[in-house]
Amino acid sequence: MTYSIREALAAFRRAPGLAGLSAALIALSLFIVGLFGVVAFNLRRAVERVESRVEIVAYLRDDADPAAVELAQHEIEAFPEVRKVYYVSRDEALENARRDLVEFRSVLSDLDVNPLPASVEVRLWPGQRGAGAVRAVAQRIATYPFVEQVSYGADWLDKVYLLRRVAGAATAVLGGAFAVVAALIIGAAVRLAIFARRDEIAIMRLVGATESFVQRPFLLEGLLTGLIGGVVALGATFGLFRLLSGTVFALEWIPLEWIVGGLALGALLGVAASAHAVRRHLREI
Amino acid sequence: MIRLSHVTKEYPRSGRALDDVSFELRKGEFCFLTGHSGAGKTTVLRLIHMAETPTSGEVRVSGYSSTRIRRKDVAMLRRKIGYVFQDFRLLQDRTAAQNVAFALEVTGARPAVIRAKVAKLLAQVGLASKAQAYPSELSGGEQQRVAIARALAHDPLVLLADEATGNLDERATWGIFELFRSINSAGTAVLFATHDLDLVRKSVGARVIELDHGQIVYDSATVTV
Repeated sequence: MTYSIREALAAFRRAPGLAGLSAALIALSLFIVGLFGVVAFNLRRAVERVESRVEIVAYLRDDADPAAVELAQHEIEAFPEVRKVYYVSRDEALENARRDLVEFRSVLSDLDVNPLPASVEVRLWPGQRGAGAVRAVAQRIATYPFVEQVSYGADWLDKVYLLRRVAGAATAVLGGAFAVVAALIIGAAVRLAIFARRDEIAIMRLVGATESFVQRPFLLEGLLTGLIGGVVALGATFGLFRLLSGTVFALEWIPLEWIVGGLALGALLGVAASAHAVRRHLREI
Repeated sequence: MIRLSHVTKEYPRSGRALDDVSFELRKGEFCFLTGHSGAGKTTVLRLIHMAETPTSGEVRVSGYSSTRIRRKDVAMLRRKIGYVFQDFRLLQDRTAAQNVAFALEVTGARPAVIRAKVAKLLAQVGLASKAQAYPSELSGGEQQRVAIARALAHDPLVLLADEATGNLDERATWGIFELFRSINSAGTAVLFATHDLDLVRKSVGARVIELDHGQIVYDSATVTV
């Protein structure tokens, strides 16, 4: 193993420019993935926070039959998505409004007639709070004849989901494009390294070194390039995160598993690109 | 130990290099392989080294057959074969000792084993005092001695020499040739490809196989005098 490590490190010494370029491109590709990772993670947290508060409110007509409403309440509570159903009477609605809407307290206190409708508030189980599930439950509730209107903030939720999908797709396309360029550069670096060491490789084969032994330094070189790229990308992502987080938005840093995953992705990219180039070019020696 | 049976080798561009070649090299034997350049001497050596596979026929070396050998086994087989070239093929950026050590290093030998073995091999070829010299600081004969030490690194069963004295003056040629003879007398078989008939003539008693246009035209082992 010492031989392989020594030779892999020697490759960086022999062609530092090319090795640096490979690492920089892997870094750039993973930096993009990292940035969108931060965005995606924060969007996910935002969605989670929204989802935990998601509830469906069915506003009832003033002439709703209390017995029918109560029956419906039991029915709704039996939906598999539904955790709890609360009935909010008109008085309670006014009470809540007075408590929550401090700015309008004087207006609400002077009212002769309570303008607020009674409502049924529906809380959903975690995992049933996606836009599709919420809409399905809301549509079923809307079919009761005494329901005036159902509100559930689906548009807002849909937009967050769309943003998340767009961010994901952009990451895949941009990150993927840079990864391909990085792989091509690594391929060129490996080809150059193989060419520089062709006499050595010929002698290795002459004296009975196995092919895997011949290949190992090149694969190791790819692994190191990928890891260096990963670490640089991590540093750059964190730098930008700190810069933005303090000034523009309140962002959360990505979890450790994502960081480890990103570094592993860099290493994997490096090894895969090297392996491909090694198989192709060692045949030419 | 080495047996070629009805071996034919054809190349897509240059055509037939060997035509129905059969011979056997026994353990500890010394054999010249002679013929003009282009007669097929190098092709025979490359086939034995399994760097090539025959178009038809079979090459058997120490239990491995050219018809069945796997890639992985080729490496193992080559540790039983030492190969010496006309142009030495030493790594110019490494000392004599490092060149010999390289053969052991790349097959996974331990550093302590490598150190001891390299010292012994360089002493065997008479270069103990020049262990730290680079190839460019050595004469042709000395470089070939380093190459022979490297070829002996794995205690091979056979040494293949491809015009090993071709680049050397007469004095160095005899020095190297004597080295091959002494290695052979210690039990290693030698297949010595050369077109230097002077060497062959002066080596009374050695077996001679002569190739011409890819065919064996003379084998002293099958001729009764």
